[in-house]
Amino acid sequence: MDDPVAASAEAVRRRVAAVWRIESARIVATLARYVGDVGLAEDLAQEAVVDALRQWPRDGVPASPGAWLTAVAKRKAIDGWRRRERLDERYAAMAHDLDTRTDPNAPPWDPDTIDDDVLRLVFISCHPVLARDAQVALTLRVVGGLSTEEIARAFLVPTATVQQRIVRAKKTLSAAHVPFEVPAREELPDRLASVFGVLYLIFNEGYAASAGDEWMRPELSLEALRLARSLSRLVPREPEVHGLVALFEFQASRFGARTTEDGEPVLLPDQDRTRWDRTLIARGTAALARQDALGRGRGYYGLQAGIAECHATAARAADTDWERIVLLYEALGRLAPSPVIDLNRAVAVSMSEGPATALRIVDELVASGRLSGYHLLPSVRGELLDRLGRAAEAREELQMAARLTRNERERAVLLRKADALT
Amino acid sequence: MKYMLIMRSNDEAVEAYNEIPFEQVIEQMGRYNESLINAGVMAAGEGLTDASEGVVVDFSSQPPTVTDGPYGETKELFNGFWILQVSSREEAIEWASRCPLSPGSKLEVRRVTELSDFPQDNEWIQKEAEWIADAERAKADE
Repeated sequence: MDDPVAASAEAVRRRVAAVWRIESARIVATLARYVGDVGLAEDLAQEAVVDALRQWPRDGVPASPGAWLTAVAKRKAIDGWRRRERLDERYAAMAHDLDTRTDPNAPPWDPDTIDDDVLRLVFISCHPVLARDAQVALTLRVVGGLSTEEIARAFLVPTATVQQRIVRAKKTLSAAHVPFEVPAREELPDRLASVFGVLYLIFNEGYAASAGDEWMRPELSLEALRLARSLSRLVPREPEVHGLVALFEFQASRFGARTTEDGEPVLLPDQDRTRWDRTLIARGTAALARQDALGRGRGYYGLQAGIAECHATAARAADTDWERIVLLYEALGRLAPSPVIDLNRAVAVSMSEGPATALRIVDELVASGRLSGYHLLPSVRGELLDRLGRAAEAREELQMAARLTRNERERAVLLRKADALT
Repeated sequence: MKYMLIMRSNDEAVEAYNEIPFEQVIEQMGRYNESLINAGVMAAGEGLTDASEGVVVDFSSQPPTVTDGPYGETKELFNGFWILQVSSREEAIEWASRCPLSPGSKLEVRRVTELSDFPQDNEWIQKEAEWIADAERAKADE
């Protein structure tokens, strides 16, 4: 980058990206309230970004870049309406309002409604008329401010696929006349559950990638954590939002210790706990305390956070309170019965009561057939058999687990373990 | 990635700052902190008490000398910090430049090191290997 003009254009591009990251949810939300359509709002905001990339290198970055982008996007909306000669009185009034307020640096938003706008944006992005794939893509795009390329990279799908998902999602929302509003009180728990589910899915995809060469993509999990923290500010009276934040904080605290320099997974008992992020652990504990203070108990995410907290607060692996973890898994299993939770409970039981008791739980799971094809079932069974001294059977299980996993890093670890058993 | 914003001021800035009504200072900083929290990027942050309460341990001699504050020759005072979790250096700078500070104050933006910053033959890695070996032995003893 020897050319100073190119260098400054690149600097402005990065600056625009940073501003977009910080302001995009508010900009799109504000616009969506004006134009009544999230898809159109997002398109207008993107056009304003293109203008910024052209004008800021020449004119300098405005004092309030977010306000600038919003004002430019609104003008574009009005221009569009004018071009299509569909100026009804409402639009005319809006245009007048904008024309008389020519200072593009003046904040265009009303601070009292902004947070509500962003919350509406979250609910629209996770609206039940959209498929889960579309909810995830739209949330990362319009609430998180990630580019299509970033989302594609994170989920290992072609950029065109993500683009298509987003375009279709916007069309679906328009066609279904989804209103730009916070759901009614009686609908709120269900709709929030859907929002939590989307963030949980994003976090987990980063935490243990379901496929590909990398075992985890922490930046994706950290984005989910950021969005969850943000959501907890928008709906602070909802207990589970704090449970969700706590879970993410605890899990994220281990990122620095979960892989070696080469990207090899390091499993929980082997992790260097001095590398766990104490700040995030403290934040997780604080979030759980906030949930408990609301006095309505812990739900699905809060219980999982409680388990993560047991790990996070044990100074050494040997100090882990496995009995408490077993109880929390039992509570979780009653709240949301799932064979995966039973499998995790079996692991906890193997630590508190020994591998023989745990093997009985795992064998029941095998017999039920409910987890057939899930690589962690033979993986856990192999570990238990190994601890019981049944090496030959253990090796067979680990090899089966290696065949079933779609993650290359995990496969290598399983095969190495199997080979070590003679 | 994490960045630390380090707040620095000189004596004059601190004096000028003391002229501003405390309520106003608290309100402006409060709004700034709230925007960081609402965006989900604030990992930690603390202010520091007056430098006169501070102590400096100086390693230019052995054993180190300990000096009470305030420190005569110091040109800059370290007043507080934020730890932000952001996606880029530019994002950290963007947040830093929105901080309500006045002339004479500076914010230094520094990246917090990550595991990937350390070379493979680093003592951290060796320490981990030892630790894993210990854990394996402990497991075998169970």
